[in-house]
Amino acid sequence: MEVKDIIKEENLAYKKTKVLTDNEMHYCPGCTHGVVHKVIAEVIEEKDIQENTIGISPVGCSVLAYNYLHIDWQEAAHGRAPALATATSRLMPDKYVFTYQGDGDLASIGAAEIIHACNRGENIVVIFINNGIYGMTGGQMAPTTLEGMPTSTSPYGRDIKLSGHPLKMTELVANLPGTTFVARHSAETAGAVRKLKKAIRKAFDNIDEKKGTSFIEVVSTCSSGWKLTPEASNTWMKENMFPFYPLGIIKDE
Amino acid sequence: MGELRLMKGNEAIAEAAIRYGVDGYFGYPITPQSEVIETLMARKPWEETGMVVVQAESEVAAANMLYGGAACGKKVMTSSSSPGVSLKLEAISYIAGAELPALVVNVVRGGPGLGTIQPAQSDYFQAVKGGGHGDYHLIVFAPNSVQEMADFVEDTYELAIKYRNPAMILSDGIIGQMMEKVELKDFKPRFTDAEIKEKFGSWATTGKTPDRERNIVTSLELQSELQEKHNHKLQAKYQQMRETEVRFESTNTEDAEYLLVAYGSSSRICRKAMELARDKGIKVGLLRPITLFPFPTKQLAELANQVKGMLSVEMSAGQMVEDIRLAVNGKVPVEHFGRYGGIIHSPDEIVNALEKQIIKG
Repeated sequence: MEVKDIIKEENLAYKKTKVLTDNEMHYCPGCTHGVVHKVIAEVIEEKDIQENTIGISPVGCSVLAYNYLHIDWQEAAHGRAPALATATSRLMPDKYVFTYQGDGDLASIGAAEIIHACNRGENIVVIFINNGIYGMTGGQMAPTTLEGMPTSTSPYGRDIKLSGHPLKMTELVANLPGTTFVARHSAETAGAVRKLKKAIRKAFDNIDEKKGTSFIEVVSTCSSGWKLTPEASNTWMKENMFPFYPLGIIKDE
Repeated sequence: MGELRLMKGNEAIAEAAIRYGVDGYFGYPITPQSEVIETLMARKPWEETGMVVVQAESEVAAANMLYGGAACGKKVMTSSSSPGVSLKLEAISYIAGAELPALVVNVVRGGPGLGTIQPAQSDYFQAVKGGGHGDYHLIVFAPNSVQEMADFVEDTYELAIKYRNPAMILSDGIIGQMMEKVELKDFKPRFTDAEIKEKFGSWATTGKTPDRERNIVTSLELQSELQEKHNHKLQAKYQQMRETEVRFESTNTEDAEYLLVAYGSSSRICRKAMELARDKGIKVGLLRPITLFPFPTKQLAELANQVKGMLSVEMSAGQMVEDIRLAVNGKVPVEHFGRYGGIIHSPDEIVNALEKQIIKG
């Protein structure tokens, strides 16, 4: 039997969702942005909401996220995606509006916008990628950088006296009455991706029920910024990030 | 004749926005323009026209809501006063770069910094030279009455749509706060989803339907050749505005030997100053730019062939005077007379300035 005899529609066990474009992704080896994009795209396809979904991309490594999902997109200024999402969702209440933001974008420059969008209970989904570093600008310290973690602006490791404590945004927004579903996941194993997908599906389902803001953090790696191999990055994440940023559902109302 | 009311400028602009069919207003309180959002919240237009009104957490957020709403092909508006507009410039630059129609109102107060809550015209540079980062221009209209505060909502928005470019109504604390008679236009229906699709379907993020490619609203283009091309397109647009959209009002210019140039509140005071000067036998005319960008450069250049000198009268340390000088190009003396920090000119001191700086100078 030849390979071409096996590649048939009826033998397909898995295929790329049509909501992902064919554009080659610019992300580094080991980066989980691509995996999270794929999971969001699959949820959009499964819910059959491609025509009604608007994505808001941030400033950061995923600034070009709009190249990869076959939906309408807005590209926000740094940190402001929740403000754009607020207007988009209010003006088009039947649409599925989500923001996709990194830790510098969401937890630092956009801290006010995310807290107030969550506090107003905007009927949107927020996907928050936390790898504890600014990736796109070349590995600077983020608000989520762990104590002692070296970056290009904390070359001797993050010093709490100098730069304050790593910020747990997810626990913070869980305290706001406007959020309905708040969870922290990861995407380094097939099992983790399955759990993440279930959470993202639930977040988009919450929009149907107009339940308020759903917020999902994805604890991630940055091989280039961390200056580790993809495999070593995953190990470092499990040993250092997970204890400080514990996975699980924090709020589900 | 439309409905007549006695209103503050800030109230009139809110009422005009509802009647024009604005879809969304996003604001943040600041003196002397808070009546705009107060009027809207009291009027509850969401019950009447479906207009969305949001009090944002900051001017930064309000302007970025404006950006998101504009990206949906909705008619959107924000208003603020000087320190607040400084914060909005981030989003305004993105809106200009992404080529979206939107309306920003600045009810100017004196600066710099926190400055004063009293009226001024010291944000001229910020309004007409772009204001935020990058090479861009806003379409800028300067009302000098409560009536124009109301009328310019539609006038500026129609141009914003025509050029896919943000527009600004550059008002000041006098026009915002004073009450005058205003004739309100009848209600216009908001654009339906079908109309938005028909008019803005090539760019608005209303959801990717199978009949079109996905729409991406962005100001980002990392390839320098393409970014330069995009900038050429923007510049061509601004040039077309300069050629076709200039608005101005000239009074007593036919026989004028001297010209006062003033916009907004200053132009109202200059009308009185012109009368006083004419009573003294000085042949004075007044040119009032209505659009500050595009600026009546051609009209001023022509008047420079006729008059002996021009005086720019601004509630600032002298900003518009630079554009007048560029237009006149040294042909006749152009001087500036300003009061600022919240102080308003008296007609007498304008006549004195004209005599001292232009006629005897």
